[in-house]
Amino acid sequence: MTDATRSKQSQRVEHRVNFIDGNALDIPILKILQADGTTYDGAVEPIIDKTLALKIYDTCVFTRVLDDRMLGAQRQGRISFYMTCTGEEASVIGSAAALDDGDVILAQYREHAALRYRGFTTEQFMNQMFSNELDLGKGRQMPIHYGCNALNYQTISSPLATQIPQATGVGYALKMQGKRNLAICYFGEGAASEGDFHAGLNMAAVSGAPVIFFCRNNGYAISTPTEEQYAGDGIASRGVGYGMHTIRIDGNDMLAVLAATQQARAYAIEHHAPVLIEAMTYRLGAHSSSDDPSGYRSREEEGQWREHDPVQRFKLWLVNKGWLTEAEDTQLYQDYREEILAQVKVAEKIPAPALEQLIEDVLDTPTPALKQQLAQLKQHISQYPKSYPKLSGRG
Amino acid sequence: MAKMNMLQAINDALRIAMQADPNMLVFGEDVGHFGGVFRATSGLQETFGRERCFNTPLTEQGIAGFANGLASAGMTPVAEIQFADYIFPAFDQIVNESAKFRYRSGNEFNVGGLTFRTPYGGGIAGGHYHSQSPEAYFTGTPGLKVVVPRNPEQAKGLLLAAIRDPNPVIFFEPKKLYRASVGEVPEGDYQTPLSRAEIVKSGEHITVLAWGAQVDVLMDAAKMAEKEGISCEVIDLRTLAPWDVETVAESVRKTGRLLINHEAPLTGGFAGEVAATIQQECFLYLESPISRVCGLDTPYPLCHEKEYMPDALKTFEAIKASINY
Repeated sequence: MTDATRSKQSQRVEHRVNFIDGNALDIPILKILQADGTTYDGAVEPIIDKTLALKIYDTCVFTRVLDDRMLGAQRQGRISFYMTCTGEEASVIGSAAALDDGDVILAQYREHAALRYRGFTTEQFMNQMFSNELDLGKGRQMPIHYGCNALNYQTISSPLATQIPQATGVGYALKMQGKRNLAICYFGEGAASEGDFHAGLNMAAVSGAPVIFFCRNNGYAISTPTEEQYAGDGIASRGVGYGMHTIRIDGNDMLAVLAATQQARAYAIEHHAPVLIEAMTYRLGAHSSSDDPSGYRSREEEGQWREHDPVQRFKLWLVNKGWLTEAEDTQLYQDYREEILAQVKVAEKIPAPALEQLIEDVLDTPTPALKQQLAQLKQHISQYPKSYPKLSGRG
Repeated sequence: MAKMNMLQAINDALRIAMQADPNMLVFGEDVGHFGGVFRATSGLQETFGRERCFNTPLTEQGIAGFANGLASAGMTPVAEIQFADYIFPAFDQIVNESAKFRYRSGNEFNVGGLTFRTPYGGGIAGGHYHSQSPEAYFTGTPGLKVVVPRNPEQAKGLLLAAIRDPNPVIFFEPKKLYRASVGEVPEGDYQTPLSRAEIVKSGEHITVLAWGAQVDVLMDAAKMAEKEGISCEVIDLRTLAPWDVETVAESVRKTGRLLINHEAPLTGGFAGEVAATIQQECFLYLESPISRVCGLDTPYPLCHEKEYMPDALKTFEAIKASINY
């Protein structure tokens, strides 16, 4: 399966001991868009027109409002758990916008913005978070574990980094099927410490699988800062070690993310090879609704990063271009606030999935043992209906 | 029919399945040109090319994760884990991913086309790390099928059924039998149904149950018992998850006694599950406690392998004890 020319070893000979320093790699960072919404001198913009730019921005605003509202809903006890994308919107949406709809997304958990970009509706988000009978996942996973076959967005798994070697398999499958598509795999710098990261990257490099490994280096793995997560030059240096096309970008710079991912995609498809993108960003929110970042980082630090807000920076670029006005922006936020609030009210009233679904999809058909267990459970619930109120009034 | 050993039968099954399904891929450590350490995949790369049969890097979690990804995208991966003792780095990918893919997504995605093949069990002087029988770790995980063949004819039919089953299957191959077990095997394409136990020999006084290489042990013990006038019904469970409760229960209702034999350690072994279920199903028919003849609760030993093994003599003694209870 491997292209023999892909692996090579230097033939350079020395006769004195000469170690290569672990920090010898000095990988630059791509920046295109400045904080004031203008581009750097000499910077090359990605392929982007007004329609694409406004779709990206629309997704940014939706995601901001969703995160804000749903974190609030979690605090009110209406949903059990939430994770925000806040601060990382450019990394997620900029990369998603560079893809074809046939490219398969394997996300970590913080990338609902990419799913939204693909077309997941507000109603679908709500059905998942409220575990109601319309949830595509049949109410089996915690909030934010979205998945949608029609949108080529594989269902989120809680265990960290497991999607990384899977993405290699998906990429290899797409290549075998003769499709001009790839897999994109999102993960954080913390996940890059797991064995699955190394297994997945190595197998992709060796097998020639078209995959974009997209690392959101957002500064913290729950409470562990990057200094305690890895040594050496970030995650990008690992890609070089695996013999992989690699780039580091400003993950808060929508244009840099879009440009790098567009070119990574073209390369991966053309050469049947993986690419690693390390996006340097910052998790402005908490790891999850169960976490309190004030215990491990300062307000000052967060404040500094707020000045690099990726959504604000992209907005200024749009305004400079004449593609967006302040009034339109205000209206967009307002519309999403109303829509999301309305959808919350609808979704939380939709009943839970029927009890029969509990035993579906373990295997393709329920086993005799499972059917027996379900029958016993139903009998028991009918004996004590008040103790199982979720199912009262349902068969 | 053709005379084959178990490895040839497995190789034949893989070849037939690959011919029938262009989406099928066979991969693992050393499985490419070399044909695997036991040569189960010999000649497949030559016939089907390096894109469909290849060596992977030495990374069990990578192999399993890669296989999950392939299957989720509609391919039919047959991944080899070189020894079942080395399946544990892949445990998370198998238990948390393969087994839950369909359930957690509400069937938006599944890895039904996936099969893991792995040589398991002792009897080859392999010591701790080449002899383990880890089947019970997997039978405890809803969403997986666990299959073990006992001879070449079964190996071919069960493997073809496993590959085509719409669920992830772990196929444990008793490596002791790879070359030792030789028999007539149908040459064409056929499937032996999963989740159905086989009554290998019918009998009257006690049901004795095993899977894989231990079925031969039961047959030897049954012969010894026969000389004492005890007639044993020998059952090969073949699929451990989900298993054929009805065939076993029906047999026990007839004989009134049950003995389960497996090579894995007694504590937490799959025999416990069989015993509890049959006790529930057949309590009023039982003439004696259900007995288990299993490996000791030690790591698999090298020099005392013979002593460790739940062999025919130990089984024979347990049969007599059950009859004389």
